[in-house]
Amino acid sequence: MKELRYDAVVVGGGAAGMGAALELRERGFSVAIIEREECLGGILMQCIHNGFGLIEFGEELSGPEFAQRMEDRVRAAGVDAYLGTTVTEMTLGEHTPAYLRDVSSPGATLVCVSPEMGVLRISARAVVLSMGCRERNRGNIRIPGTRPSGVYTAGLAQRLVNIDGYVPGKDVVIVGSGDIGLIMARRMSWIGCKVHAVVEILPHPSGLERNIVQCLKDFGIPLYLSHLTTNIYGRDRVEGVEIAPIVNGAVDYAQARRIPCDTVLLSVGLVPENELSRNAGVELNPMTNGPWVDSGMMTNMPGVFACGNVLHVHDLVDYVVEEARRAGAFAADWLEGRRPARELRIKAGANVRYVAPAKLDPSRDNKVYLRTLVVKNDALLEVKVDNRVVRSAKKAHIQPSEMIALTLGPAELGGTGPDAAVEISIQ
Amino acid sequence: MSELTCITCPIGCRLEVETSPDGGIKVSGNRCARGAVYAREEFLTPKRVVTATCRIKGTGGAGGMGKPGESAAGSVAGGATALPAGPAGGPARGQQYRPRRVPVRTTAAFPREKIAGLLEIIYAIQVELPVVRGKVLAADLMGTGIDLIAARDM
Repeated sequence: MKELRYDAVVVGGGAAGMGAALELRERGFSVAIIEREECLGGILMQCIHNGFGLIEFGEELSGPEFAQRMEDRVRAAGVDAYLGTTVTEMTLGEHTPAYLRDVSSPGATLVCVSPEMGVLRISARAVVLSMGCRERNRGNIRIPGTRPSGVYTAGLAQRLVNIDGYVPGKDVVIVGSGDIGLIMARRMSWIGCKVHAVVEILPHPSGLERNIVQCLKDFGIPLYLSHLTTNIYGRDRVEGVEIAPIVNGAVDYAQARRIPCDTVLLSVGLVPENELSRNAGVELNPMTNGPWVDSGMMTNMPGVFACGNVLHVHDLVDYVVEEARRAGAFAADWLEGRRPARELRIKAGANVRYVAPAKLDPSRDNKVYLRTLVVKNDALLEVKVDNRVVRSAKKAHIQPSEMIALTLGPAELGGTGPDAAVEISIQ
Repeated sequence: MSELTCITCPIGCRLEVETSPDGGIKVSGNRCARGAVYAREEFLTPKRVVTATCRIKGTGGAGGMGKPGESAAGSVAGGATALPAGPAGGPARGQQYRPRRVPVRTTAAFPREKIAGLLEIIYAIQVELPVVRGKVLAADLMGTGIDLIAARDM
């Protein structure tokens, strides 16, 4: 078995992995990215639509352009990338090779497999987890009916169309109004398919307003809000779906109607891909399904960091890269033996679904991301330390599909006791 | 009078656009000046950046993205249809994975009413590999001064 050693190893070569690797390399550490696909870029390679890069590159790019510009930087910086390589196991502590045991961190060992190199063992003093997400599928949302062919997750259909050049069907119904589903409504229309409906269980769309306008209204595609998909019909191939309105919280089956179609795309959310982390003992936050991380983006396992969509689902790749760069910088601090002197816990209050990270360092500025549970105009966001309001901000408009970013620093957190609790709420 | 949703920022103001007999345009419902600019352009000359994929030269086969029913592999009713008929079954396990389409985009937002014609042009193009990101694949599309470029090195 081949044995390799790096200062830091990054699991996953998408936008987050490249951002973290770049930062670590620029701080002078040796870095390897392990990527199971045959190229770097992750999900960006199939996101051929534009709208990426306004923050990171100051211009509007398509997904592949964004990915390749990041890759150019990563290659120029001297990061090693192992492509077509899958990490099967991560271990810490007692499995760490002897030459690593005496340094400041215990280190980790990753077992990897690749068709070219066979089984590899890569040891490092820091690991950054950036594996991204998987799509929720039919089983996750339990749509009744038969099991014909023609039911795809939206992201799988996107890959089939944009990379492999297949058309998955002709007459399409999209279940869920997440951004990938909306983008696919336009893409399917532009390749000559007919999209008959987008069906959303909630009373408001899950995707961005811009995508509702440009991907549905431009094509006259009806959006059924507060509708449940109650059945999928068809023996060999999908023949239709049945949808029913939700009235006062109950499904009104009397008003159910059938929409003929040969293809169903599911855009019903993403789940961080954490099998590797879970097996290694990383603790997960049930609200995000991603790891709990402290103010330095470190998980409960010393030297193991997380960033990007594997931590929590982001709206924009530019935010992913920004977060990943911070995670890379914190991992570099760790390798240099620097840790925060003290941390405060932060929790989600009223109308807040989650806050990431879960701890703050009161001695410096902390970037905090949160998601709300409500759709509201003129909302008031409040940060309290031990029930004392330290910051309040008016927000013209909030909705669950738009992530909220906030910076909290010594001005708000200074002079607090060791057990102070920080809470963010929205009124 | 026509109604629009502003997409300049996440608030999503409901805009109303009215034309007066002298040809002037009046926008209402906007909370900021950017909304008026957006409404005027969206009402008079709506534009969109178009992103799609082109076939790779040498992958063979008839058919184009625009007309799935006409592709060489026939109807899609029974399942997925290969557009450019590539190697049967796709790449073998362990072989270097080769994407079969080149992602492309317009260099600027393109007049919306001409997009159908533009897609026909895009789907007729066959790109010769290797191609570098930013290479102009078709210049001055339909007299607009806008080009079509490759979005990826391949």
